[in-house]
Amino acid sequence: MNFNRRDFLRSGLIGCSLAASPLITPVTFAATPAENRLVVIILRGGMDGLDVVRPYGDPMLGHLRPTLAGGPDQGAHDLDGFYALHPALAALLPMWRAGELGFVQAVSTPYRDKRSHFDGQDLLEAGTETMAGVRDGWLNRMLQAVPGITAQTAYAIGRSDMKLLQGPADVSNWSPDVSLGLSPVTEQLMTLVTESDPALHAAWQEAQILAALDAETETGGGISRRGAHVKIAEFAAQRLAEDARIAAFSLGGWDTHSGQTRAMSRALGQFADALNSLKFGLGSHVWERTTVVALTEFGRTARENGTRGTDHGTGGMMVMAGGAVRGGRVHGDWPGLRASDLYQNRDLMPTRDVRAHVAWIMAGLMGLDRGTLETAVFPGLEMGGDPRLLL
Amino acid sequence: MRSFDPELADLRFGYGLAPDVPPPERVDDMLAGLTGADDMAAQFPIEPFDMFRARMIAVAEANRIRRQKRGTPDAAAARQRRNQLNAIARKDGLRWAGHMLLRQIWTPTAFRERLIAFWADHFTAHGKQGVSRRATSPYIEEAIRPNIAGKFGELLQAAVMHPVMLFYLDQMRSMGPRSVRGKKRQNGLNENLAREVLELHTLGVDGPYAQTDVRQLAELFTGLSFRPRHGFVFRKDFVEPGPETLLGVTHSDTGGTAPIRAALRDLARHPATARHIAHKLAVHFVADIPDPDLVTRLETTYLDTGGDLLALYEALLSHPNAWEPHLQNIKPPQDFMASAMRALAVPEAKLMRFGERKMRRIISRPLTAMGQQWQRPAGPDGWPEEDPHWITPQGIAGRVQWAMNAPEFILRVLPDPRDFVASSLGTRASKVIRFAAASAENRREGIGLVLMSPAFQRR
Repeated sequence: MNFNRRDFLRSGLIGCSLAASPLITPVTFAATPAENRLVVIILRGGMDGLDVVRPYGDPMLGHLRPTLAGGPDQGAHDLDGFYALHPALAALLPMWRAGELGFVQAVSTPYRDKRSHFDGQDLLEAGTETMAGVRDGWLNRMLQAVPGITAQTAYAIGRSDMKLLQGPADVSNWSPDVSLGLSPVTEQLMTLVTESDPALHAAWQEAQILAALDAETETGGGISRRGAHVKIAEFAAQRLAEDARIAAFSLGGWDTHSGQTRAMSRALGQFADALNSLKFGLGSHVWERTTVVALTEFGRTARENGTRGTDHGTGGMMVMAGGAVRGGRVHGDWPGLRASDLYQNRDLMPTRDVRAHVAWIMAGLMGLDRGTLETAVFPGLEMGGDPRLLL
Repeated sequence: MRSFDPELADLRFGYGLAPDVPPPERVDDMLAGLTGADDMAAQFPIEPFDMFRARMIAVAEANRIRRQKRGTPDAAAARQRRNQLNAIARKDGLRWAGHMLLRQIWTPTAFRERLIAFWADHFTAHGKQGVSRRATSPYIEEAIRPNIAGKFGELLQAAVMHPVMLFYLDQMRSMGPRSVRGKKRQNGLNENLAREVLELHTLGVDGPYAQTDVRQLAELFTGLSFRPRHGFVFRKDFVEPGPETLLGVTHSDTGGTAPIRAALRDLARHPATARHIAHKLAVHFVADIPDPDLVTRLETTYLDTGGDLLALYEALLSHPNAWEPHLQNIKPPQDFMASAMRALAVPEAKLMRFGERKMRRIISRPLTAMGQQWQRPAGPDGWPEEDPHWITPQGIAGRVQWAMNAPEFILRVLPDPRDFVASSLGTRASKVIRFAAASAENRREGIGLVLMSPAFQRR
């Protein structure tokens, strides 16, 4: 191939709009046929569900957790006479009272025993029984299964890798704090230069489109100066209020091996900010059709450890929020906290596969049938009875 | 048969081509560079942790006065002193970041710096609060840098038993439930370090260990501790009494670190560790999906030599796969930044003239935008190796932003992009890239385009 500047400029690329450029295949932002929205938040680090929604009605809790078991008498918010909400989630009480916030206790993925964050997160996002041969994530497989969809609108937001959205279905990735600011000539030359490297080329093209979208929302709404978690939630809300139907992002800070009281307050504060930003950004009309599901790789030890914290455990908790959920209650079968009730005399016993709950939510939101959910989205899962998590 | 190529030696096993630093001429040069005098450390010093301790002592002392003399002018003065100490450490931390980059920019033995970064990532650790947040570079300088060319078992001990690692993975306060101290304080075990040693540092997550081994190793580790005034200490009152059995081998108490060192040496010699390290090295230096023959060769060498790292590197560099001319792995952001500055021959005086705010603007903030916050991987497993992790729209956008703006900001006067193509890409300067460099509107964007070309982004 021969290149010269004159031919390049003559080819008409300069100055034409991004979408019309023959060098760029636009990512398609088609909407799903339904108006329902699903937001998945991965809580990385292993959230201690026993601390967030404290079963203070269980007499064993105080014995197992001398410094982490405070009930309503110590600032936690009573939910139903048995469970009390961590004080740092006070900002979510209005949501709880409106029936837009609920919890499912004592759930887990099929992951057992090695209690590694990285494996635990991989399996949570793969949605499978084991990692053998798995190359995609369950949310991507759901996108592949939604009927009548050719190009989906799903966003993985933020800098963290969202393996649950990886796979053959087209998904957009963005972190709402990047701008390019290049001249049109340089943009075109970048496209040319990266052409020989398909992976680099595709990422560059998507970056251009997303930067353009982001610039629009920034001038309109004015992105908050608050933390990254709020910016991410605001960006998710902006996209979901328009064409997007699926968004996923992650929040960290849950690995509370020591000094849990302080670490947990910080993580929960961010979580509450993110949920409230989502609700506010979506507006009441879209919020009505939204389900937010927050999942973590595992729960933590039932006993407090030697350093006022908790170690990696098994049974954990799922959080759900949104106008579409049947909230205002704590779902799930409570296994108890006596030594014989615990998993390996150590962790909260999982009483149900968390994937079953997510599958039932997907069935309700996206109209997927049980066969698809049990074979394609979560292979090997038995969904069991409907836990009725949606309205 | 493919074999050594000086250009590839710098591209794949170093930080890219440098206009004024000649590449190695043979594999022996690369290996000799690992054990020779450490000129880079002398030229661009970083405080080792043992000196860094003095800062921790001073902060602890200020905090003690604050507590004991609460409400008095002494306490206020102590508070001010502590804030000052923190500010100085923050500034020094940025200087060390600059020095680490300068070593990568100017070294004639770049393989050495690459290996230091590789092992620092394998043994990821950083401070969590106060002044110790700046202890990462001092940790690497002390625990990793001097140990990259000996036995893996020695490196493992140096890293795992280092105070910064003990802090990072919560070992400091873990005590045997039946230890003298544990009984008194009703405190207990924390199994974080034990788990990561098995899962990440040695056997690997598919390795032949179970929860009981994690527990036993956590009991064995009790006593590993640190005091700012003394450095590493072994606290007998934390030790869980009685023998511990790890992978079928029983280690009895001796009242010291001997059984811990023995257990770490056993782990270092384990075949699962050989496999884990061999695979990781091949992935990091050659390709995301490495040739099985290369991995087997490395694994065999590791086992035959009892984890001799120099022999392992020699096996890597004498394998034909190492010299596959087609560029493969994408450079992670930090390596991209260092190689760009190396190609631009950024002098010490230019990089180090910036104050705190500008250092952040040209180094820390852009790295975060590219997806690799300086010395802060998300967890103890370090940074991912897989290319798709780095080649994301936001990651690439972050690279573009930096490539188009930072070089001019740092150097003020840029080289002619047409010359820069040849000096930075060597024989890999394609027609397309030369065309783009020559067609750019200005030097700034011409340089940026070369830095963003696949031939510069991959190695």
